[in-house]
Amino acid sequence: MSALIEARNLTIHRTGSTEPVLRDVDFRILSGEIVTVLGPNGSGKSSLVRALLGHLPLAAGRITRRPDLRVGYVPQRMQFETAIPMTVRRFLSLPRRIGDDAAALVLARTGADGMQSRQMTQLSGGQFQRVLLARALLHDPHLLVLDEPTQGLDQPGIVAFYRLIEEVRRQTGAAVLMVSHDLLVVMRASDRVVCLNGHICCEGSPDHVSGAPEYRALFGTGAEGTLALYRHHHDHDHDGDEACDRHHHPAGAS
Amino acid sequence: MLDDFFVRAMLAGLGVAAVAGPLGSFVVWRRMAYFGDSTAHAAILGVAVSLAFNISVYAGTMLIALAMALAVSALVTRGQAMDTMLGVLSHSALAVGLVAISFVPQARSDLSAYLFGDILSVGRGDLALIWTGAAGVLAVALWRWQRLLTATVSEDLAMASGIDPRVERIVLSLGLAVVVALSIRVVGSLLISALLIIPAATARGLSRTPEWMAGMATLIAGLAVMVGLTASLHLDTPAGPSIVTAAAGIFGLTQAFRRNP
Repeated sequence: MSALIEARNLTIHRTGSTEPVLRDVDFRILSGEIVTVLGPNGSGKSSLVRALLGHLPLAAGRITRRPDLRVGYVPQRMQFETAIPMTVRRFLSLPRRIGDDAAALVLARTGADGMQSRQMTQLSGGQFQRVLLARALLHDPHLLVLDEPTQGLDQPGIVAFYRLIEEVRRQTGAAVLMVSHDLLVVMRASDRVVCLNGHICCEGSPDHVSGAPEYRALFGTGAEGTLALYRHHHDHDHDGDEACDRHHHPAGAS
Repeated sequence: MLDDFFVRAMLAGLGVAAVAGPLGSFVVWRRMAYFGDSTAHAAILGVAVSLAFNISVYAGTMLIALAMALAVSALVTRGQAMDTMLGVLSHSALAVGLVAISFVPQARSDLSAYLFGDILSVGRGDLALIWTGAAGVLAVALWRWQRLLTATVSEDLAMASGIDPRVERIVLSLGLAVVVALSIRVVGSLLISALLIIPAATARGLSRTPEWMAGMATLIAGLAVMVGLTASLHLDTPAGPSIVTAAAGIFGLTQAFRRNP
């Protein structure tokens, strides 16, 4: 299997400063894989994704994308401007115009059948995410990049959305790179989980990661089957401390 | 036919209306009302500069409006609070322009022509310039329509499709600067952004797609020009403000007769 995107020694600075958001990150995603990037707010998840897509300048490191890689992208927290009148059908034709059949097909695939003439601003949170996913599925992507796609959905909505993504992967064979902090639900669906906090803390299968001390330090020891809560405090202290706190990182020490 | 001042005025107004529809829609979609204001107000400074250096008023206003538009874009991307910053720039531009123009003796006498427009004195040369400029801006808008629209809907989605939102922002700023320069004779510096925003705002409630809204805004702006100019002829009211009053009237009517939003 070949890597769709591969990053080596990636360092990214916060816009307009030299403060690193990410330091020395190695990352790759293979075709057909579902990879979840997990981390608290401000851990550099979105920066990693945007750098992989080529939207952010790199302070150091290298990113290789497979030639002719087609990416379908669902951005984080997209709010649709109410001043723009836009039907779902018209939205799917941005920026490349598509035919009615192709539109009907992707909408059916994401469970948004028959929504062509609805206004974007009048969709519910779940419908909106399905339409965004449908748009990302146009043009047969090799890789779907979903940045916190379940934000604003309730628990059943989140579960349904993840089922949908698994289903889409089965149908299309596209790899999925997902950013999330819905810990346990995501992890079951993933082939690989990358735990991020300014650098990669731990990485591996969902089971491996959820048992890793770095993961527990980052997210707390949330009981199986329920959502772990963030317990990322600068002064936290765990037994046999392997805590994944960016302030404990050697290069981050003042 | 072009010998008649009223016909020339009408054609000048319709030329501006044709381009105010689509450009005004972008101003509304991007919530750039103040941006339009500051660019338009900078036009007064452009008039002062043109007269002082003896260059074409169109070229002068366009250059200063463009400089203003780019300055605003730069400041906004640098993370200043947008509305405050634009509020500062918009009124500063107007004040500095008024001060600057007072140093140019020949402009003092017809200051109100630049503030409120002087559409009835439009000549054949002005008309040619207005229609060429409007056609140019429309052509660019049509050519880049999908890109401009995608970047307006979401910069993230635009980038993922290989569109650089900064380029599209600059294209819009350029277009806006041209429209400001073309409109200064028609409605004047103070009311240019009204001609951009009011027809587009009116069209918003009547549209389901962006293209429909841009087209409707053009028709509404054209209607406002015809009604306003005709009224101004019969009632002997100032032409620019009459056009904007007509636009406001149409806006009011559509609001009153709108079904529940």
